[in-house]
Amino acid sequence: MSAHPRIAVVGSGPAGFYAAEALLRSGMPVAVDLFERLPAPFGLVRFGVAPDHPKLKQVTTVFDRIAGLPGFRFVGGVEVGAEVSIAELSACYHAVILANGASLDRRMDIPGEDLAGSHQAGAFIGWYNGHPDAAHLSFDLSAERAVVIGHGNVALDVARILLKTPDELRHTDIAAHALEALAESRIREVQIVGRGGVERARFSPKELGEFGALADCTTGLDPDDLPEGVPEPAMDAGAEARANADILRGFAEAEGGTAKRRRCLIRFGLEPVRLAGEGRVDGLHLRRTGQDRTIALACGLVISSIGRRTAPMAGIPYDARAGVHANLGGRIVTDGVTVPGLYTCGWSKRGPHGTIGTNRACGVETAAAVLADLATLPVPIGNADALVAGLAERAGHSIDYAAWRRIEAAETARGQAAGKPREKFVTCAEMLAIASEAA
Amino acid sequence: MAYVVTDSCHGCRYTECVTVCPVECFHLDEQMTYIDPENCIDCGGCAPICPVGAIHPSWQMPAGKAEWVEINRLRAAETPVIAAKIPPLPGADEQARRLAS
Repeated sequence: MSAHPRIAVVGSGPAGFYAAEALLRSGMPVAVDLFERLPAPFGLVRFGVAPDHPKLKQVTTVFDRIAGLPGFRFVGGVEVGAEVSIAELSACYHAVILANGASLDRRMDIPGEDLAGSHQAGAFIGWYNGHPDAAHLSFDLSAERAVVIGHGNVALDVARILLKTPDELRHTDIAAHALEALAESRIREVQIVGRGGVERARFSPKELGEFGALADCTTGLDPDDLPEGVPEPAMDAGAEARANADILRGFAEAEGGTAKRRRCLIRFGLEPVRLAGEGRVDGLHLRRTGQDRTIALACGLVISSIGRRTAPMAGIPYDARAGVHANLGGRIVTDGVTVPGLYTCGWSKRGPHGTIGTNRACGVETAAAVLADLATLPVPIGNADALVAGLAERAGHSIDYAAWRRIEAAETARGQAAGKPREKFVTCAEMLAIASEAA
Repeated sequence: MAYVVTDSCHGCRYTECVTVCPVECFHLDEQMTYIDPENCIDCGGCAPICPVGAIHPSWQMPAGKAEWVEINRLRAAETPVIAAKIPPLPGADEQARRLAS
């Protein structure tokens, strides 16, 4: 048994990797086991970041470097909360850090939300990114109009993937099944609808700006929403809101007079009231914010992107208002009292906000809390090596970082044939088969 | 393409940017930070967090600041990486107020 304190981190997205890094680079003699439900690491960098944003995915070279730090171990293909409990981890580790993200979409809670053709952004994004949980889904792209509800960058990702041509996506790492379905899409218009005005939209200007450079799609505004044009944001609205206003004004002025076949409309001040349709969606009813009158919009696909929350875990106190594990600065608390040895970081600590790097500062904060508490935490009675070995035996597979690298190499080789950076395996069975080949 | 630190950082050097950079692409000298354009992945996390608004994307440089694209490239190659926050330079708060007014 190692004499060094061992810490279990649950979830191998950016938050998990940066927490591991902060622990392993602290100068304290600690070891970190990074648990991941899937055989593949990187969380939303692999399954969230849009395929047409490849540069952001280069952050995985940093994760590879972290995985090479002495004391790091990847335990892939093990679901904490199912195959192993938090209590079992706590018995074998000095501390457990939950970095399991925000896997649940917030619901709109309006009538018709569960009709066929109505989806949540998480499902659509998982589908085009080849997430094993979403690979079997299908989306009806046969109607002319789709509506995306929400004014954040995730809504922009969803709309952009619906509006890009197959040629704009062909050389990305988009899942093959999604590329195939999108190539047959008959969608001609996507409306991005939100309750607030321009100032309240949470688009980042860079991602909004991409809508001005789509190959076969123009982007514009609806004069009904902004009869006086795009308002000048207040001085205290922040640089991003001002930049967004400039970009939107540019869209409004440039629209029209092109031969582009698809159109995106970014709409403001509209609140979804209900989805209409017999068995499947054929329309969306919206109310102008502050008015009684409703507007009916014919559409065959509705994707809501109005926020995410962390999936509650058995035995872990939950902050229902914020939708995260209840915590103070990363220490899990119940009724304001710290639960010894339990921590959280990333979206499951602070909610679904920020860029990839926000998780670095977040991981540093949680790691500092762990290290400060370490001397007072009880020495675990169980043996982490025995636990991990037992899990592998029970599951019939062992996915360490070397096994993941074999999966990754196989994906890259598959991709090369198709002119893509990688062709992801979309089932765990395929990944496990590759991982065990040369092991 | 990359994000670029401009002269507004000169004499402030708050280094908030460093804490949110996912790829450790910030470099440092006595006066300010620089971004290594070879490593920057355009995540845009640093720009809004800078207390003096010193950081801009290379494709959207403010008037008169274009030269900083090349300065960042050159200085990042000559200076060490900074991976954690350090205290700002003396007088940073006064300079921040001056830049904001």
